[in-house]
Amino acid sequence: MSTPDKAAAYWKANLRLLSICLVIWFVVSYGFGILLAEPLNAIQIGGYKLGFWFAQQGSIYVFVALIFYYAKKMGDLDRQYDVHED
Amino acid sequence: MDLQSMTYMVVGATFALYIGIAIWARAATTGEFYVAGKGVHPVANGMATGADWMSAASFISMAGLIAFNGYGASVFLMGWTGGYVLLAMLLAPYLRKFGKFTVPEFIGDRYYSQTARIVAVVCLILASITYVIGQMKGIGVAFSRFLETDYDTGLFIGMGIVFFYSVLGGMKGITYTQIAQYVVLIFAYTVPAVFISLAITGNPLPQLGLGGDVVGSGVSMLDKLDMVVTELGFKDYTTSTMAGKLDMFVYTLTLMIGTAGLPHVIVRFFTVPKVADARKSAGWALVFIAILYTTAPAVGAMARLNLMQTIQVGEVGSVEGNVTYADVPQWFKNWEKTGLLKYEDKNGDGRIQYYNDKNPEMAAKAESFGWKGNEMTKVDNDIMVLANPEIAQLPNWVVALVVAGGLAAALSTAAGLLLAIASAISHDLLKGVFKPDISEKNELMAGRIAMVGAILLAGYFGLHPPGFAAGTVAIAFGLAAASIFPALMMGIFGKKIGSTAAISGMIAGIGVTMLYVFQHKGIMFIPDTAHLLGGAGSEGFKANWFFGISPNAFGAIGAAVNFAVAIAVSKFTAPPPEHIQHLVEDIRIPRGAGTATGH
Repeated sequence: MSTPDKAAAYWKANLRLLSICLVIWFVVSYGFGILLAEPLNAIQIGGYKLGFWFAQQGSIYVFVALIFYYAKKMGDLDRQYDVHED
Repeated sequence: MDLQSMTYMVVGATFALYIGIAIWARAATTGEFYVAGKGVHPVANGMATGADWMSAASFISMAGLIAFNGYGASVFLMGWTGGYVLLAMLLAPYLRKFGKFTVPEFIGDRYYSQTARIVAVVCLILASITYVIGQMKGIGVAFSRFLETDYDTGLFIGMGIVFFYSVLGGMKGITYTQIAQYVVLIFAYTVPAVFISLAITGNPLPQLGLGGDVVGSGVSMLDKLDMVVTELGFKDYTTSTMAGKLDMFVYTLTLMIGTAGLPHVIVRFFTVPKVADARKSAGWALVFIAILYTTAPAVGAMARLNLMQTIQVGEVGSVEGNVTYADVPQWFKNWEKTGLLKYEDKNGDGRIQYYNDKNPEMAAKAESFGWKGNEMTKVDNDIMVLANPEIAQLPNWVVALVVAGGLAAALSTAAGLLLAIASAISHDLLKGVFKPDISEKNELMAGRIAMVGAILLAGYFGLHPPGFAAGTVAIAFGLAAASIFPALMMGIFGKKIGSTAAISGMIAGIGVTMLYVFQHKGIMFIPDTAHLLGGAGSEGFKANWFFGISPNAFGAIGAAVNFAVAIAVSKFTAPPPEHIQHLVEDIRIPRGAGTATGH
C-alpha cells in the first residue's frame, strides 16, 4: 500500500471504531439513562431502578471502559497501519 | 478542639502544602509558563486534569442539585463525564499531534485566519469568565461558612485568596499542586460519604449503599426517600425530571459537548508526551473524576433524607411530627448565620414545617394541619455537601476537611481557567495578533493583568448570582459547546471547511446561544434588561422556552446551528488551500508528533 492509501485506510478504520464507540456512548446515556429510563425502571437491581442506575451510575462506568477500549484498539490500529510513534 | 479552630488548622495545613509544592515545583522547573505540564505521565496528568476539572460546581453544588432534583440532576452526572469520551475520541489526540499550546492557536492556524483566532479568543473568554463566576460563588459559600460570616464577606475573602494563589504564585508547577488538590478534595468528598452510607445503609461503599436498604427496615434507601419526599408534596425522587425529557436530553448533550470544548481542559492534553498518551490520559482523568461522580448521587440522596428527617421527625400531620425550633441541631443554626438557610415561623407554633406549598394538593392538606406555608423559606442547594457531615454528626475534623476540599476544588479550577484566559489574551491576542514583538516579560505582565480583570468581573457577578454555582457554570458549557467544540471538530474531521465557514459558524453558534440565555435571564444576567430583547427575565418564566428547552441547556442547539451554518457556507466559499488540507491529513496520523512547541 502506498502512503496516501495507507493513511486513508487507517482513517477509515479509525472512523469505524469511533462510530461503534459513540453508538455505545449514546445508548447507555441517552438511551438507557433518558429515553428508555421508564421501561427500564420496571427492572430492579438491588435497591436501584435500572433506568435510574444507568443515569446516575452505569453510564459513567461504561464511559470509563469505552475510553480505555478505544485507546487500546487505536494503539493496535496505529501499529497495524504502521503510523505509530517511536 | 472546637470546629472553628479545627477548620483553621486543616485549611491552613492544606494551603501550606499547596504553596510548598508550588515553590518546590517552581525551583525544579526551568520550563516556561506555558509548558508547566510537559512530559507529565498520563496518570499524573489525568489526576491533575481531574482536579482542574472538578470545580466548586462538582464538589459543592452538584450533590445539592442531585439532592433537590433527584433523577433530573442526572444531566450533570452524565453530561460532565460523557464529554471525556468525545474529548478522547474526537479532539485530544489530534490536537496533541498538532502540537501548539492554546486552542485559539489551533483555530487560527487550521483556518489560516487571524480573524478566526480572534473570534476563538472572544468565545474562549466568554465561556471561561462565566465559568469563573460559578467558582466565585462556590468559594464565597465555603468561606462564609468557614469564617462564619455572611456570604458577601466570604466572597471578598475568597477573591483575595484566588488573587494571591493564581496571580502572584502557582503559575508554574500548577500540575503538581493540582495533584495534591485532587488528593485533598477526593479524600474530603469520600470520607463523609462513607460514614454516612455506613450510618444509613450499613454499606461502606456509597455507590452500593445508594442501592441498599435502610438499616434495620428492609426498605430500600431510594424507596424510602421517594416516600418521604412525596409525602410532603415534593417531586418523586427517582423519576422526576427538571424540565421534561427533551430538556434533559438536550441539557446532557450541551454539557457533554461543552466539556469537550472547554479550553482549560483541552489544553491539558496538549502537553502529554505522545498522541497515544493523550487518549489514555483522558481515560485516567475520567477514572479520577468518576470516583467523585459515582459517589455524588449517594451523597445527594442521603443528605436529602437526613435533612427531611431532621425536620420531619415523626408522622406528617401530627403535632409532634415536626421538630421544635428550640431542638434543631447546631448545624442548622450555623447555616442560618450565612443567610443560606432561612426559617420563618409562619404559624407561630415554634415548630418547623418543611413541605412543598406550591403543590395544591399538599397545600390543602397542610391547611388542615394548621400549617401556614413552608417555613424553610430558603434552603440553598449549595450548602448540602458542606452541611452534610454536620447533619450526619460526623467528627469536627471531617467537617473541616470538607471545607478544605471545597476550597481545593474551587481554587484549582479557578487557577486553570484564569490561566486559560491569561494565555488567550497575552499569547493569542497580544503576541499572536496585535503586538508580535512583545517581550516575554510584558507578555507575562499582560497575562497577570488579564487575570486580575477576570477575578474582579467574576467577583462582581458572584455578588449578583444568576443562579447557584452549577447553574451559572452550565451556561459556560453552553457557550463552549456552541462555539469552540464545533470549530475544533470540523477542523479535524472536515477537510473542506474553510475560514469563512468556520468563522460564520462560530459567530452564529455563540450568538444564538447568548441571545437565548440573555433573553431569558437578562443581559449579562441582569433580570431587568431581558425585556429589551423581548424576553421576560425571571427564571420562572417558561412560556417562551423554545420547545421547553431551558436556557442552560441551549448550547447543544447553538452547536447544531454552528455546524449547519459552517457546512452551508462551506458549499459557497473556497475550500482551504492545499497546505491546510495536508495539515489536516498530517494531524490525523500519530507518527511524527514532536514535543509541543510554543510558537
